Amino acid sequence: MKLPKGLNGDLLFKGITVLFAFSILAIIALMILEMADQSLPAIRKFGWSFVGGSDWDAVQGIFGALPYIWGTVVSSILALLLATPLGVGTAIFITEIAPKRFGGVVASLVELLAAIPSVIYGLWGVLVMAPWLQQTVQPYLIDHFGFLPFFQGAPYGVSMMAAVIILMIMVLPIITSITKEVLQAVPQNQREAAIALGATRWEMIRMAVLPYGRSGILGAVILGLGRAVGETMAVTMVIGNTPQISLSLLSPGYTMPSVIANEFNEATSALHSAALMEIGLILLAVTLIINVLARLLLWSMTRKTAVGGAK
Amino acid sequence: MNRLTIRSLKNALMMLLLGVATLTVLLPLVMIFVHIVKMGISSVSPDFFTQIPAPPGESGGGMANGLVGSAILIVLAGGLGIPVGIFGAMYLVEYGGSRISSGIRFAADVLSGVPSIITGMVAYTLMVVPMKGFSALAGAVALALIMIPIVLRTTEEQLKMVPDTLREASLALGVPLWRTSLRVTLRSALKGVLTGILLAVARIAGETAPLLFTALGNQFWSKKLTEPIAALPLQIFNFAISPYDDWHRLAWAGALVLVTLMFVLSLTARFLGRNKYQS
Repeated sequence: MKLPKGLNGDLLFKGITVLFAFSILAIIALMILEMADQSLPAIRKFGWSFVGGSDWDAVQGIFGALPYIWGTVVSSILALLLATPLGVGTAIFITEIAPKRFGGVVASLVELLAAIPSVIYGLWGVLVMAPWLQQTVQPYLIDHFGFLPFFQGAPYGVSMMAAVIILMIMVLPIITSITKEVLQAVPQNQREAAIALGATRWEMIRMAVLPYGRSGILGAVILGLGRAVGETMAVTMVIGNTPQISLSLLSPGYTMPSVIANEFNEATSALHSAALMEIGLILLAVTLIINVLARLLLWSMTRKTAVGGAK
Repeated sequence: MNRLTIRSLKNALMMLLLGVATLTVLLPLVMIFVHIVKMGISSVSPDFFTQIPAPPGESGGGMANGLVGSAILIVLAGGLGIPVGIFGAMYLVEYGGSRISSGIRFAADVLSGVPSIITGMVAYTLMVVPMKGFSALAGAVALALIMIPIVLRTTEEQLKMVPDTLREASLALGVPLWRTSLRVTLRSALKGVLTGILLAVARIAGETAPLLFTALGNQFWSKKLTEPIAALPLQIFNFAISPYDDWHRLAWAGALVLVTLMFVLSLTARFLGRNKYQS
């Protein structure tokens, strides 16, 4: 490699690397600015009533995002409640119980689960899981637990319940693999001390391992929340896409990413696309906050280990 | 029962529960995988790789335009995203002060958590609106935005593992830093860097949401990069939510091909990923 005369290679190289490294910051800034700019018409017109309104009528130009916010919050929180014990449990199994090689195999399988694209979860969800829910699970729930508000209505298959299950499956690999890394960072002498005091294996996990990794595990769960909140394709395919606020898990719902996926191309008026942009902006803000929080928790965990030194 | 018995019973119960949790996590993987193979294998035929989709209601056809479209999108996105990621990582390793580097690293981690549909919206406002039309280029920009933080972070990890003595030896011989970085540091870490690129490709090959309003999809062959272009994940999505059995069959076949591609990419990445400087 030879440069033309008069060109300082090191200066040029530094220039390029600086430019590209800072482009990450520029991309994030650009995202926020573009989305804010594009949603201005909706922000000006509706103000806070956009967040609290539950009417969504493109023809009359009335837009309220509450049903989508409700759907996103309910589906993600429920998915997380189901996935957290399973994911953390699997991570404990991999690091603390399984023989090393077997644990490695389980960890690889979980990572394969993460490699499956979201559209394929959606395909499986809409063609296999939703019909099964409709024919088997939901009629059973209506017959036996129909007195509860969560299981009232007709079995549609595509429903909030389907979205919760799909999201649960999709956040499991994140929670599992990050918790696994967190637990692997717990110093070995923590475990030895507990065992030496006569703890059973479970007592060792509960008293010496989990408290040490608490902030890291919380970070993993919050990162899973970020994934669930932003997940688009799989949820769009199974949730039924009906903007309503219902306590019943059997009724169809709608989420913020889903309404963007479904309507953004067909937005007829400028106000309609601005309203969708504002939903996108809210989604971006929420996921940014979630991710910053999760990363800080994970960093505090790794820093603690670095200070502790022993491994 | 004395306390010891209760404690060991509790221990046994918890061990059992943890095992059950693990099985529950692995169950969906097995079920989804079995279904994809069962439903997809009968529809993966030579037609699948050479024909474009048949009109609704007609049987036969394939997803050749989607496969080619995905390949074009991946190559374009890689061309845009990989250099940014690699050179950005070089800044973090060779120049960045610890504050600035941590900041950029943090930003990259946060960026990789932004939902991909947002990336699609941003690419729409940046590319589709000014160019007045959906295009392969806009799709590639959206995918490149997803690739950049992944490539940057994995490359950085790999470059950091190259021993400083190698750099010092090269610099001591009078080789300028830029050549040292490209010819010595990057080259020593090449395998690991490739791993990162493969993982990033595996990630974007299955992305659907950001393509919905950038590349848009195309039932036919697209002839220009400024036109809408078909992509395999988009076709799987459209066919899955259609009411036609024949299109469902194509969607399953597409899923089988896509998942196979993912597994091959991640296994190759894993195989390449054993860094020679790792302890």
